[in-house]
Amino acid sequence: MFKKFASLQWKSFFRSPNFGKSLAVKILMGFFAVYMLIVLAAMGVASYFILKDIFPDQSPMWSISQYMIYWILIELFFRYFMQKLPVMDIKPFLTTPVKKSTIAHYILGRSAASIYNLLSLFFFVPFCIVLLFQGYSFLNVSLWLVSIMAIVLGINYINLLINKSDKALIALGTIIAVLYGLDYFGLFSVKDFFAPIFHALYAYPITVLVPIALAVLIYYLNYKYLHNKIYLDASLKPKDVQVNASDLAWTKKLGDMGTFLQLDLKMIWRNKRTKSQVWISLLFVFYGLIFYTQDIYAEMMPMKAFLGVFMTGIFLSNFGQFIPAWDSSYYSMMMSQNIPLRKYLESKALLISVSVIFMFLLTIPYVYFGWEALAINFGCALYNLGVNIPVILFFGSFNKKRIELDQSPFGNMQGTSANQFLIMLPVLIVPILIFTLFYYLISVEAAVIVLSVMGIAGLAMRNFLLDKVTQQYRKKKYGMIAGFKQKNS
Amino acid sequence: MIITQNLTKKYGKQTVLNIEHLEIPTGQSFGLVGNNGAGKTTFFSLLLDLIQPTSGHIDNNGVQVNTSEEWKPFTSSFIDETFLIGYLTPEEYFYFIGDLRGQNKADVDALLAQFDDFFHGEILGQKKYLRDLSKGNQKKAGIVASFIGNPEVVILDEPFANLDPTTQIRLKAIIKDLAAKENVTVLVSSHDLIHVTEVCERIVVLNKGEVVKDIKTSTETLKELETFFAG
Repeated sequence: MFKKFASLQWKSFFRSPNFGKSLAVKILMGFFAVYMLIVLAAMGVASYFILKDIFPDQSPMWSISQYMIYWILIELFFRYFMQKLPVMDIKPFLTTPVKKSTIAHYILGRSAASIYNLLSLFFFVPFCIVLLFQGYSFLNVSLWLVSIMAIVLGINYINLLINKSDKALIALGTIIAVLYGLDYFGLFSVKDFFAPIFHALYAYPITVLVPIALAVLIYYLNYKYLHNKIYLDASLKPKDVQVNASDLAWTKKLGDMGTFLQLDLKMIWRNKRTKSQVWISLLFVFYGLIFYTQDIYAEMMPMKAFLGVFMTGIFLSNFGQFIPAWDSSYYSMMMSQNIPLRKYLESKALLISVSVIFMFLLTIPYVYFGWEALAINFGCALYNLGVNIPVILFFGSFNKKRIELDQSPFGNMQGTSANQFLIMLPVLIVPILIFTLFYYLISVEAAVIVLSVMGIAGLAMRNFLLDKVTQQYRKKKYGMIAGFKQKNS
Repeated sequence: MIITQNLTKKYGKQTVLNIEHLEIPTGQSFGLVGNNGAGKTTFFSLLLDLIQPTSGHIDNNGVQVNTSEEWKPFTSSFIDETFLIGYLTPEEYFYFIGDLRGQNKADVDALLAQFDDFFHGEILGQKKYLRDLSKGNQKKAGIVASFIGNPEVVILDEPFANLDPTTQIRLKAIIKDLAAKENVTVLVSSHDLIHVTEVCERIVVLNKGEVVKDIKTSTETLKELETFFAG
């Protein structure tokens, strides 16, 4: 029976209407995945030596045990976004003579083969090989690897259990922050507290039974839960969500545009995919820390321009690139309704503008790393406002792929086509090139001024540009309507 | 007055719609029947400029629909669930449509009050999003939304499908009321011959994209249609 399910899965993948249509995207994603795996494996090899280098007086095994608790928590945190719940179209099987337990085991078993579980293996297996070469005991290392695999599976199944509630995510985030805070301020050494526990997995091979038992237990809980839910009205039907009604009356002050702005805000808050876009965008404020805290990048101004465009424009690119596909499920209604297309686009532009300004305000603290940081971010924000918003709206008219709003947000390629990669070129690369050019020809100040002036010019021509974009949307209307009707993309 | 002139729609070599001339006078209640694939939805989609005609055109009250958008203010429609916005509550959806058609909250509320019976207490005040309503209830919401803003042309594709018997009967009364207003043109398509003969003054039968019958409804119409479809 498992074999049959697996073959159905296979067919659903290869016979999906969009298979082959977006080959370019698939190849690109493939390259990206291979790249990620190679990086992970390299990190696995390197981390032994890095840990040895940073903590010369303790065994790398001990060092890695210290951080194990953070790895588990952070992986759980990210999986909440990244990992899709395993879904199978089980409706047709409910009335066939297939045992419910088989279905449940299959669904759970399949999630064990998830790419996210493989990712950790790509890190830990090379790490273990290095350990062996360094003369660690074979028995201990191999059983330790087994423990790690059990922990990974445990994480996998815990995620399936908690993935339904936002509260779990907030709790996880809080725990991570609190633990790290305790560590950082030296109030309580979380690392030292957990290190012996995780190190024991290596030191005493018999303890491998503990993570295995835990993984089995969590699997069993999942199984119980799922088994009871294989009914049409339980797991298959999404829960009726209680409405969080706020009338957003203030949007009325914006007149015609307010109607659409209100709709957009509701869309963002009431759908999982859009909502997580907002959270992710906010998290990217910290992206700059990775670079600004390292001396190598201190003199690399083009890098800072990249950060400026990226951080202030993260919502612009994340949300903007899929306009108007966000409205794809009801696009034909929008097009037959009494809708001024112009106002519709203006409201999107306004929403993105607000996000750019907001993100810029959040990046102001980077002034700590020097006034250039602030100046560059300011110039980039202006460029985003003036130039990138019309550009991304224009490219939106090439979107023809439907987005199902209520489906899980991450690793979700819905609505993605080669278009999404093409957009990145003008939006991200062009401003960096302009900046770099003027930076090397003249100075940082000049480069920032050029970006700002372009942004202001764009703002001044906003009306004209939006007119052009509106015309473009009119022209592409039929293609969009037809494309958005294609389900299962 | 809706005038269709030499209208064809082809996909590749296949002609899915070919109407030489069809006039629907203002105020008429117009029924469109035909088997699956006869071209009913294609015709409505062309009328709403959701797809492009291969040749010919439709004029809606003097506005050619594929060149101007001036027909939108006086035309409203409900084709299928994709006309609904899933993450809104029915109330929010009605107000949104109201906003688009220049109706304030009070106007919309006044209109909705007339449909209390039709909603049967399952639409308003449910604290549910449209996507969480049953198919039938979604349809009710969509149909009523198409009455907002005093439209002069109302287009309903298969309004009776998926509705329970009580609601079907109420919907018939509503459509009759609407059609009785002097300047409201109602276009309805249906697979249900009984319903459509009851509410429409005129019935056009499409078969493989062509108009094969154009009947002014009388007591014999139902019989005539049944004979036709029995083949």
